[in-house]
Amino acid sequence: MITKTKIIGLMLFFLGPWSFAEEAPLLAKDPVLEARVKAISLELRCLVCQNQTIADSNAGLAVDLKNQVRDMLREGMNETQIKDFMVERYGDFVLYDPPIKGTTMVLWAGPLLMLFIAFWFSVRFVRRRSRNPDAYKSAEDIDRARALLKD
Amino acid sequence: MIPEVGHFAVILALCVALAQAFFSLVGATRGYVNWMAVSRPAAYLLFFLTTFGFCCLVISFLTNDFSVLNVASNSNSQLPWPYRLAASWGSHEGSLLLWVLMLSGWMAAVARFSKGVPNDMLSLILGVMALVAIGFYSFLLLTSNPFDRLLPPAMDGRDLNPLLQDPGMVIHPPMLYMGYVGFSVVFAFAIAALISGRLDTTWARWSRPWTTIAWAFLTIGIALGSWWAYYELGWGGWWFWDPVENASFMPWLCGTALMHSLLVTEKRGSFKVWTVLLAIITFSLSLLGTFLVRSGVLTSVHAFATDPERGVFILGFLVFVVGASLVLFAWRAPKVGLGGRFDLVSRESALLANNVLLVVAAASVLLGTLYPLFLDALGLGKISVGPPYFDAVFIPIMAPAMFLMGIGPISRWKKSSVPDLALKLKWAFVVSIVSSLLLPFTMGTWSLLVSFGLLMAVWIALAGIVNLWTRLKQMSRGEGRTFWNSVASLPNSYYGMLCAHWGVAVFIVGVTLVNGYEVEKDVKMSLGNTVTIGNYTIRLDALKDLEGPNYTGVEGSMAILVDGKEVDRMFPQKRLYTVQQMAMTEAAIDTGFTRDLYISLGEPLSDGSWVVRVYLKPYVDWIWGGAFLMALGGILAVSDRRYRKASQPENGTEGVTASS
Repeated sequence: MITKTKIIGLMLFFLGPWSFAEEAPLLAKDPVLEARVKAISLELRCLVCQNQTIADSNAGLAVDLKNQVRDMLREGMNETQIKDFMVERYGDFVLYDPPIKGTTMVLWAGPLLMLFIAFWFSVRFVRRRSRNPDAYKSAEDIDRARALLKD
Repeated sequence: MIPEVGHFAVILALCVALAQAFFSLVGATRGYVNWMAVSRPAAYLLFFLTTFGFCCLVISFLTNDFSVLNVASNSNSQLPWPYRLAASWGSHEGSLLLWVLMLSGWMAAVARFSKGVPNDMLSLILGVMALVAIGFYSFLLLTSNPFDRLLPPAMDGRDLNPLLQDPGMVIHPPMLYMGYVGFSVVFAFAIAALISGRLDTTWARWSRPWTTIAWAFLTIGIALGSWWAYYELGWGGWWFWDPVENASFMPWLCGTALMHSLLVTEKRGSFKVWTVLLAIITFSLSLLGTFLVRSGVLTSVHAFATDPERGVFILGFLVFVVGASLVLFAWRAPKVGLGGRFDLVSRESALLANNVLLVVAAASVLLGTLYPLFLDALGLGKISVGPPYFDAVFIPIMAPAMFLMGIGPISRWKKSSVPDLALKLKWAFVVSIVSSLLLPFTMGTWSLLVSFGLLMAVWIALAGIVNLWTRLKQMSRGEGRTFWNSVASLPNSYYGMLCAHWGVAVFIVGVTLVNGYEVEKDVKMSLGNTVTIGNYTIRLDALKDLEGPNYTGVEGSMAILVDGKEVDRMFPQKRLYTVQQMAMTEAAIDTGFTRDLYISLGEPLSDGSWVVRVYLKPYVDWIWGGAFLMALGGILAVSDRRYRKASQPENGTEGVTASS
């Protein structure tokens, strides 16, 4: 039995706005291009924001810069050329990935150097420790103290 | 009247701290029993006065007393009361008051729960903490008085920063500060041990629960902050390597190293000197974090230079604390014995390597955070150091530590053998390699980074299981216990360790999968439009105007469809906070065990449609779940019976190692 309400329901189903539910258009007309824009935007600083990439920011400057990156990619420029352009315009400050050069040598070499030094020291420390008869005695002391305490 | 009373209470608190530092320190070094007796009641009094002062500030906020500058600048009559409460610590001044409240709270806790600690030692500890307190109370009163009046009073307040009007932000700062400030306890223990020369295993045992509990709070605090950034900033990032985040992450890394090195010091009597140094470094990094966040130096070196009063004070204090501690350390540390002997392959070595890696990681984060400031200050140009740098540096340093996390807990103290370890862990190793190679296929595409991340996670998880299994087998065989009896008789601290390590594995799974398989779609949506992401179809059904207590806005009503059937409804909002005229994105998030569906409303377009960002974030909640497990592990470890036993007087343990 088809009731009135069911008919209305069916009509609504077909005629209601949802029956025309269509997939919303992507903001980007060219998703491949957009992915490249995003990859580059993630490494550029929004200069007027508090520590945000232009990919994450909706500030006017960030939107402008993203558009500019898109235009430059369309013109066939590659990532390095775009970054060079940005650096020329805004200085190294715009790059979240600091370039390797004289003033950033310490920054880039520092962690590796620290790791190396720290390991050198600790290996030396362990070597000395495993040979130290004195230390061995004190370890026995601890064990003996433990045993005493348990009683 | 109330703000003046609060101000007065804080001034009294400073006086109490001064008296306490004097009587406790002099009394303890000279052996005046009567003087030492001051330290415990003084700690309680300090806590009471500070709580009193803090309550006065809270009352000013809750009652909308806009004749108080702090209230007028950071609150508003339309602000809901939970945020008025949170606004009490939302400003610079208020957060410092929270800082000293936490500090005095920790002091009272030390006074209350350190019954086993000898009187002179306790006096030294509380005296050192009182010295720290003097610095912060003076800073508060001289440069950042939260009770300053505004004359004539404002009609209404300038409102709390809308970013902070959020439940996560209500509890994040107290948790974070509990952790930050909690490290002052282990710092005080270390300094007291250096002064008294009693740097022994009992000292390590006393320090351990304090360190662990502070670390657990810090873990929760950082995780809450990250979670807040995830849902509040509107684009679903969870960690940005922002200097403010780094400021809390550095003490966390060092605190993690400290927990592990305290373990060696307590159990084996080794690493004493290193542990003391680490305790000093960890607290210094907490202070440095406070300096970085509170001085304005982060926004710009020049902002710091134009209003230097606060920055210079706290920098001076930082230099004093670190300098004095290091001088004391250099003077006293060489007199400390070496401790137990161990071989290159042993649990001690594994923990040493863990310490080296964690500390180098912390140092690298420090380098990356401060480097731009130094370059700028020296006039060598402005650079930015961001996620690309930190990812490139941090991950390679931590990867070996993750590998060691599987080996360390199963290796023996003093001497372990490689074949024995290999025998125990070979299955865990093979299974983790194979599963990490195969698992990415189940998610779609295979990628090296995902595979590598999963390798570490599975390895840590399996090594933990192997560890537990071996322990239980040993107990049931060697001691003739039943299985469940063995399960029950393993100490809480052991389960705490397992829980925290599994937390790391869970965390890595979350990070790896969300980085590898996140899907994002930016679309232009009109009413009735749908957007398909993964298995989900999202349909924009309605947009309605929103009238909040202190904001207006728009709320979208979105139907979530799976195979054409509606399974859920989500309501992303765009708010405009009226007082500060600041737009905020309130993302709608459907949280799930294996994925989050994240919808954020962007900008309206001229044709009436809206920019909508939808994300499918697989396993993202595992990030915070992992952090929660880590913190839970810490709490489990602290609940261990032996700490309660240790709170009874122990005779004869002192000096056992000091004599060696």
